[in-house]
Amino acid sequence: MDKETLLKTVEEKLKAQFGDGLLSSELLVDYPVFTLRRDIICDVVKFLYNDEELSFQFLTTLAGLHYPDNKGQELGVMYQIHSLTKNYRIRLKVFFSISDPNVPSITPVFKGANWMERQEFDFFGIVFKGHPNLKRILNVDDLGYHPMRKEYPLEDGTREDKDDKMFGR
Amino acid sequence: MASTNKIDKIKKGNTSVTNAEAKVEEKEYSTLNLGPTHPATHGIFQNILKMDGEIIVEAESTVGYIHRAFEKIAEHRNYYQITTLTDRLNYCSSPINNMGWHMAVEKLFNIEVPKRAQYLRVIIMELSRIADHLICNSVIGVDTGALTVYFYIFKLRERIYEIFEEICGARLTTNIGRVGGIERDFSPKVWAILDVFMKELPAALKEFENLLVRNRIFMDRTIGCGPISAEKALQYSFTGPNLRAAGVDYDVRVMNPYSSYEEFDFIVPVGTNGDTYDRFMVREEEMWQSLSIIQQAIAKVKKEPAGIFHADVPDFFLPPKEEVYNNMEALIYHFKIVMGEINIPKGEIYHAVEGGNGELGFYIISDGGRTPYRMHIRRPCFIYYQAYTEMIKGAFLSDAILTMSSMNVIAGELDA
Repeated sequence: MDKETLLKTVEEKLKAQFGDGLLSSELLVDYPVFTLRRDIICDVVKFLYNDEELSFQFLTTLAGLHYPDNKGQELGVMYQIHSLTKNYRIRLKVFFSISDPNVPSITPVFKGANWMERQEFDFFGIVFKGHPNLKRILNVDDLGYHPMRKEYPLEDGTREDKDDKMFGR
Repeated sequence: MASTNKIDKIKKGNTSVTNAEAKVEEKEYSTLNLGPTHPATHGIFQNILKMDGEIIVEAESTVGYIHRAFEKIAEHRNYYQITTLTDRLNYCSSPINNMGWHMAVEKLFNIEVPKRAQYLRVIIMELSRIADHLICNSVIGVDTGALTVYFYIFKLRERIYEIFEEICGARLTTNIGRVGGIERDFSPKVWAILDVFMKELPAALKEFENLLVRNRIFMDRTIGCGPISAEKALQYSFTGPNLRAAGVDYDVRVMNPYSSYEEFDFIVPVGTNGDTYDRFMVREEEMWQSLSIIQQAIAKVKKEPAGIFHADVPDFFLPPKEEVYNNMEALIYHFKIVMGEINIPKGEIYHAVEGGNGELGFYIISDGGRTPYRMHIRRPCFIYYQAYTEMIKGAFLSDAILTMSSMNVIAGELDA
């Protein structure tokens, strides 16, 4: 199955199962990408896991996203799932407001999502509901903020000897 | 704690403490702090173990001791500057990380690398896979008390590092290759020492195997130590030799070939039990396969027109230094690349390579700026290390050490 057929097949299946829960779908370079409503993400992952034709039973990775300019949709999570038997790879995305950063955890489906979700909680402050042990993982427990959000600069703001204006973003 | 409960119960006049209950409550566990700087853990890992004598009842791992915020730094650095960050992920096989990053950026920039450069990259990557597995397997030897093999085999690793040094000038954190190819062609000396290495490797590897593979003490120590089933390994998103030891033949080089791996003939070794011995044997066989891949790559390079080692993309590939000093156009390109003023396409890509420990993936979102808008690294170590606490439950303390070294947990990749 080539990428376009895969995109169509998954799109049809998700539409039939979840209706308007599927917000959009597109092909980005070599990845079919599906944007979903956030409350159904765990159900979608479970559905694709159990689907006999597709059997997306391997979680490749997940990553938090932050777009401060998308008002009401600032934060997001990207999931990449892989069907090892058929070698299909797809990407799922959910977006939500920064004032209500909750998203269902996918740890009931994939145990390996445990630390990945803890990492994104640590860096973006995304709260994965239903996670068994949601606490900071790489940063110190009393850091007080979520450093990968775009409003935090790379350098310590109180220092004057370092100027990142010319280089970097 | 348990005994105070019992006393409380008796004090309250509740004397119905059954014999079985009393027996359980009499048991006292001790807490052992394994790490962060324990000499038996290879790197900075902390595990708080609840011990019943010599047996681990419960474990909790703490990670992040050498966290360096690569994903944040990457948002503030040009694409070519991020290569040095990838060196410091799995520092036992830096060249694979470097190449993985270059290929991810090439996918974003839409650059087609010439065949000869791809084969040269394959040589570099397989050499570093051998170096990675050599360290891991010899360290398994060390942790079982067989220190000799470690000393013997490090001579071979030194040869590999000499080759890297000859190609790029660095040994451990190599920063090898560039976006669009590799920075310079292999010199005649590289081919010469590579040739010597290829002749030395089989004999040395045979000797290494003779000392360990059918060694009764080694087998008794490693078979059945820290096993994981295929189902569990998949649940935990294991990749690389650890997953293959459990019996799943997933290899990125075969599943999603990159850098012309589809043209090479090699087998993907798999184990059955997913224990320390299987992980050791899978890595051992992978080294033989890497050796065969390097031989095929050398033969392929010889058939290609000589002197080509990068794509013809002056926008992205730095011109040679003498050109920069003597040629206006080259100077402009040099300036634009170094200052990050090149046209970077918008897009969103994911590219994975088979690293020393499994699928090492780079996820880049570009908004057309000089730096990535978001960069995420799929670090195999970080993902499979979370299963460690489950794997060592009920095992002896010494087996826990062995399990960790056989999983090849590298602190740099774990904490990024």
